[in-house]
Amino acid sequence: MDTVVKDTLQYRIALRNCGLINPENIDDYIAVKGYEALAVTLEQYTPKKVINIVKESHLRGRGGGGFPTGIKWELTAREQSDEKYIICNADEGDPGAFMDRSILEGDPHSVIEAMIIAGYAIGASKGYVYIRAEYPLAIDRLETAIKQAKSYGFLGNNIFDSNFSFDLELKLGAGAFVCGEETALINSLQGLRGEPTKKPPFPSVSGFRQKPTNVNNVETFANIPAIILKGSDWFNAIGTDHSKGTKVFALAGKINNVGLVEVPMGTTLRDIIYEIGGGIVDDKQFKAVQTGGPSGGVITEENLDTPIDYESIRNIGSMMGSGGMIVLDEDDDMVEISKFFLDFTQDESCGKCTPCRIGTKRLYEILERLTNMEGSPEDLDLLEELAQNVKDSSLCGLGQSAPNPILSTIDRFREEYEAYAYRTKRTTYAIDDNKCIGCTKCSRVCPVDCITGEVKQVHVINEANCIACGACYNACPVDAIIKP
Amino acid sequence: MNTLNIHVNGRPMMVKKGITVLEACHQAGIKIPTLCHLNLEEYGIVNKVASCRICVVEIENRATLVPSCAEKVYEGMHIKSDSLRAINARRNNLELLLSNHPFECLTCTKNLTCELQSLAEELNIRDISFTGKKMDYPIDHSSEAIVKDPNKCVMCRRCETMCNDVQTVGVLSGLRRGFDAVVAPAFNLDMLETSCTYCGQCVAVCPTGALTERNDVPRVWKRLSNKNYHMVVQVAPAVRVALGEMFGMAPGSISTGKIVTALRRLGFDAVFDTNFGADLTIMEEARELVHRIEEGGTLPMLTSCCPAWVKFIEHQFPDMLDVPSTCKSPQTMVGAIAKTYYAEKVNLPSKQIKVVSIMPCVAKKAESARPELSKENLHHVDYTLSTREFGHMIKEAGIEFEALPDGDFDNILGESTGAAAIFGTTGGVIEAATRTAYELLTGDPLEHIDFEELRGLEGVREATVTIGDLDLKIGIAHGLGNARKLLEDIKAGKADYHAIEIMACPGGCIGGGGQPYHHGDMSIIKARQKAIYDIDKNTPRRKSHENEMVLKLYQDYLGDPYGEKAHDLLHTCYTKGERI
Ligand SMILES: Cc1cc2nc3c(=O)[nH]c(=O)nc-3n(C[C@H](O)[C@H](O)[C@H](O)COP(=O)(O)O)c2cc1C
Ligand code: SF4
Ligand code: SF4
Ligand code: SF4
Repeated sequence: MDTVVKDTLQYRIALRNCGLINPENIDDYIAVKGYEALAVTLEQYTPKKVINIVKESHLRGRGGGGFPTGIKWELTAREQSDEKYIICNADEGDPGAFMDRSILEGDPHSVIEAMIIAGYAIGASKGYVYIRAEYPLAIDRLETAIKQAKSYGFLGNNIFDSNFSFDLELKLGAGAFVCGEETALINSLQGLRGEPTKKPPFPSVSGFRQKPTNVNNVETFANIPAIILKGSDWFNAIGTDHSKGTKVFALAGKINNVGLVEVPMGTTLRDIIYEIGGGIVDDKQFKAVQTGGPSGGVITEENLDTPIDYESIRNIGSMMGSGGMIVLDEDDDMVEISKFFLDFTQDESCGKCTPCRIGTKRLYEILERLTNMEGSPEDLDLLEELAQNVKDSSLCGLGQSAPNPILSTIDRFREEYEAYAYRTKRTTYAIDDNKCIGCTKCSRVCPVDCITGEVKQVHVINEANCIACGACYNACPVDAIIKP
Repeated sequence: MNTLNIHVNGRPMMVKKGITVLEACHQAGIKIPTLCHLNLEEYGIVNKVASCRICVVEIENRATLVPSCAEKVYEGMHIKSDSLRAINARRNNLELLLSNHPFECLTCTKNLTCELQSLAEELNIRDISFTGKKMDYPIDHSSEAIVKDPNKCVMCRRCETMCNDVQTVGVLSGLRRGFDAVVAPAFNLDMLETSCTYCGQCVAVCPTGALTERNDVPRVWKRLSNKNYHMVVQVAPAVRVALGEMFGMAPGSISTGKIVTALRRLGFDAVFDTNFGADLTIMEEARELVHRIEEGGTLPMLTSCCPAWVKFIEHQFPDMLDVPSTCKSPQTMVGAIAKTYYAEKVNLPSKQIKVVSIMPCVAKKAESARPELSKENLHHVDYTLSTREFGHMIKEAGIEFEALPDGDFDNILGESTGAAAIFGTTGGVIEAATRTAYELLTGDPLEHIDFEELRGLEGVREATVTIGDLDLKIGIAHGLGNARKLLEDIKAGKADYHAIEIMACPGGCIGGGGQPYHHGDMSIIKARQKAIYDIDKNTPRRKSHENEMVLKLYQDYLGDPYGEKAHDLLHTCYTKGERI
């Protein structure tokens, strides 16, 4: 398991069984009250009651949007149709995110159980798990789990002797990030090109095969059995006013403890980074934390004490997203960070709509111009204007959120963009006259021989030839080398 | 109940439930620019992928802008179409498209008929803020009919809608992701390697120069200037009701006489009428139908004058190649007769005669190149030009088309009946065949020549015509998707038609892939159709077997209709294809 279990700040609901039970043995799951929620549901609750419990729990979708799960179920249940479908979105494509994979690898039955419950609640008898083909272990475990659930009679006809039947199938995604968007996912599931379609109509009205379809994220589902068993009051006691329960984050970047953490909504970033994450690597200066992956933004020091939930994180200029959290330190270049994300989104755009297909490419090209020292102050205006438009007029969430990394970093770190735009940013290494002791170590390691100086004399870097490899920086015993 | 109260730019108005924001704005006197949107309501075709984002407007309480073409109005909706935010977004999106577009307007086939170009003018684009990489795909010149330049594709997906949803051919679809996304055949195959029918409906709707017909004009100019050749030209029925549109004449203007004069001035030695070929086709086809009915041959018999439809059945239903009539199409019949009978009459060797066809069609280009449509290694037809290409030639020659005096077709391949005229519209071929079959089967003169029940624009139509003691059951389909439905019924044994007419293009040849662009205005197609029936009504002879010159051809040269020589010259065979 990649999870970090370190202290009392964490609270595990979605990851409750991960690492504790053998995910390939259904009896292990049953031993920790597995499939009890399903039994209770089928034996004691009407579909309406189930929906009410989920509604009153105020559980919100963990796939990024934060839409209230109970309301989504109700909307799908309300539709009249001969067929309805439950889809579990396990396409997890954010760079660095792996919470869904961990749940599916560590506790596949919890998701299966939840999907059956959802099927009962909305009146669907068929479910699909759309999972990335790049997750072979998760696929394996799910397949095993489905087989076991079938042989125990949890899947199939007349589950627990009720007249409810439910069947589940795995569908492998081809690994496109945009296929995590629900309408694109549904298109892909139907064998069509994986590209989004306009909403409305929402899947709850017209989804898979034009039938009412309920799409939920893996982590969302993983919460369901616990909510059914322990009740909505229990769940409501955890979290903030508008965001209940917990959230799993994938901690990464310049932080000592990387991995998954599950904390109650309302935990501060300071606690996550310093208490759970163990602070910044090498005690460097914290610069920002990037949340929400390619659709999110950066949060800086002044907001580290904000209790994090769906609303507050938006108010401080970022996104919850699926829970990616990359910690940045003083060495990180914010323009490069934007460029990294834009490179990802322009590549992953499905290419359907103009602002995203061409706009993200042009945004990336502007950033590239800037970091190549070929930009101009006008490029900054262009960047901002275009970023706003791509956000405002793209067809789906990918394009609508792709500019966020730019908009958020340009808001907080404008000077870094300006340094590039006005070409005042130094791109080569230099030597601090006051610190240099003339040991010659730097000139000996420089691969392009651009450092000169006599022994015990101050050394100089010829900036025209410096390739910014940093060899001198690592060699200097007295920290006299100045980074670009 | 069925009306809604909305606000457009602050002004209240009442609109019908179910309309789009775009339509509501139109009713409020506001024109919102569009690009990918295409509404061919009459055929039930609406392209609303909402991909271009040119028609975006602001809607109160919506976080992002909304594509007006794909959004329905609701009670209490507040639409803002003229806010700076919306206007800037439209301009921004258009500039993005232009930043990835080759600046070849001056030499582009679509110069002055390009919707992207008009949009740039409409949105007052004076310079383009963005620079950067442009798409760099090779241009596909592989087929005889269609040229595909992916670098001009704006991903409007109209062609895909036509190819997949309307024609059910399934050649064109979205390929690749991100900036490299284009519409293309699977694996980016060349068009020639696919089961493309060349109906050209993608060309008819492509807003830019990404899909165009092959330009055969230079080849024709070259031949015309070479005095060693005797240049024969023929004009299809649907051309005469559409060409005028290219010269500012009202849709539905009939310009047969001017066309003849223009062709003479361009230097053609003989100006013939494809309608003659249409009458000839009926002589053969009606005979074939009667033969199949009386001798217990394969029924239903399907018409075979549309080459895109022929290619469709070859690729999509290769085991049903015994159902289409074996008759060649009118254009190839005229070509065949021109290079044999006519050649003898003017005392020229066949190879010295070059036949040019002016067609509403893109598929006829590929048809002309089919090896079996030839005699002694000479293709029946040498060059096929679309209505549009012909219009360009007239302009290039500096001929003031509108002012031309009327001319008459040359004999003998210039005479035709009203039955031939209606070949240009859906339902026409079968009506013409019925007129002749009636008299063949009963021996009585036909009183009511107008078979109204066979006319219209509905995708699939059927009618029963009582001929003596036979109830002739007729089916009609236009658009290949509709054709597929009929074929599947036949295959499943669910259809008991005697004869079926199929035209690949919605509307028939009046809506052909080579016609002047209709830009989604269906009233143009209707006006062309009306003109076709007007020609029929005003022609003295209205049954193909009353065409005296056709009769003379049989007398002088062919012998019996559906006889041995006719078979050799006027009938063909089909080849199984694959579905790619
Ligand atoms: C570009 C893009 C990618 C997405 N990727 C995922 C994903 O990998 N997993 C996921 O659960 N939701 C993803 N979503 C959100 C889904 O569209 C959808 O809202 C979600 O699956 C609904 O489940 P929830 O309500 O349980 O969150 C993505 C959305 C967008 C716009
Ligand atoms: S926003 Fe991007 S990913 Fe979404 S539909 Fe448009 S091109 Fe495709
Ligand atoms: S080829 Fe033409 S019709 Fe097809 S998507 Fe591109 S621009 Fe649109
Ligand atoms: S319907 Fe007419 S224009 Fe269209 S492909 Fe057939 S013959 Fe050509």
